[in-house]
Amino acid sequence: MDAQFAISGRDFVISVTDKGLRNSILKMKMDQDKTCQLSSHTFMSVSGEPGDTSNFSEYIQGNVKLYSVRNAQDLSPSETANFIRGELADALRSRSPSQVNLLVAGYDKGTNEAALYWIDYLSAMAKVPFAAHGYCGYFLYAVMDREYTADITLDGAKALIKKCFEVLKTRFIIDYSDYTIKVVDKSGTRVLSQDEL
Amino acid sequence: MSIMQYNGSAIVAMAGKDCVAIAADKRLGQRALTVDTDFQKVFPITDRTYVGLPGLATDVKTLYDRFRMRVNLYKHREERTIEPKTFSHLVSHMLYERRFGPYFVEPIIAGLDKNDKPYICGMDLIGCLDFAKDFIVGGTASDNLYGMCESLWEPDLGPNDLFETISQALLAAVDRDALSGWGAVVHIITPEGVITRDIKGRMD
Repeated sequence: MDAQFAISGRDFVISVTDKGLRNSILKMKMDQDKTCQLSSHTFMSVSGEPGDTSNFSEYIQGNVKLYSVRNAQDLSPSETANFIRGELADALRSRSPSQVNLLVAGYDKGTNEAALYWIDYLSAMAKVPFAAHGYCGYFLYAVMDREYTADITLDGAKALIKKCFEVLKTRFIIDYSDYTIKVVDKSGTRVLSQDEL
Repeated sequence: MSIMQYNGSAIVAMAGKDCVAIAADKRLGQRALTVDTDFQKVFPITDRTYVGLPGLATDVKTLYDRFRMRVNLYKHREERTIEPKTFSHLVSHMLYERRFGPYFVEPIIAGLDKNDKPYICGMDLIGCLDFAKDFIVGGTASDNLYGMCESLWEPDLGPNDLFETISQALLAAVDRDALSGWGAVVHIITPEGVITRDIKGRMD
């Protein structure tokens, strides 16, 4: 029931997740950050089985940081995404699989290109221009298919995200009040507030 | 819906005169929802052998990585590239190793052996080899592909005719299958090299 989607342009990726932690009929927490910073220019948003989400993201975060410390160089977004997919694939047929859906967003300082990777709970991975996980995909893919172009600007993506919010507000059963909006580009990762869109 | 139909795919391989062709659609879905329209399902194993992997997307990637490792090791140990027939037996073995917890893919292999003779074969998810002289089909659109190939294929097609035949067979088959389509990639493997073409079909 989490909202999780992202849009990537040529040199930025903007990712949105809702802030609600719900358990059955209860709203447990409404300021939960569902993203996980992996390096200065790569982060991922995580949803799925509670517990698996924090466990898996902490494991990945630790390993990515370890690589950076050992090699004095960060993993690129594609290397990070492939590493994550490998770990999730190994876990899939083991004693303890992780039921997490991820969107890995990053800016590659080597090639100066942004990248967005969709990874589902079975660890199928695809590099995509825009993506969503969960129910929100059924509403938002239509909006993104219509409005997205390959050379979309950051302002264009922000306008597209506003349209996405409108659709969810009008047609989705859950009322999402607040979102975590993160942008990664050449200068690193920053958080936007909903007013800044 | 079975796990083999979760992501959707359509792959076909055909044998021609001194050439083989292998083609696949590009859709990655989650049941009815389409997630990616550029998903790779056919991979080069050597310059003259390609493998197509219809089925569960996660196993497609996992298996391709495993094949790559085994083929690289083979090359180091044997100091030669692997033949398509040998590779298909390797794949069959790797799949049967997981007999009671299988990978959900049904590989299709197409290649030219060292004498430039065409070789195609397919197998089921536990590695039962299906060695055919004409064509091999796989994926959610396999029934459609059987019909198309049976009517369109004829022996001894040259590379250009083979390209036309395999493209028409794939395009018509995926148009009748909700879970596959969204574009197609065709590889024609000839002794001179591999020609890869991207074809645009109905994007739905």
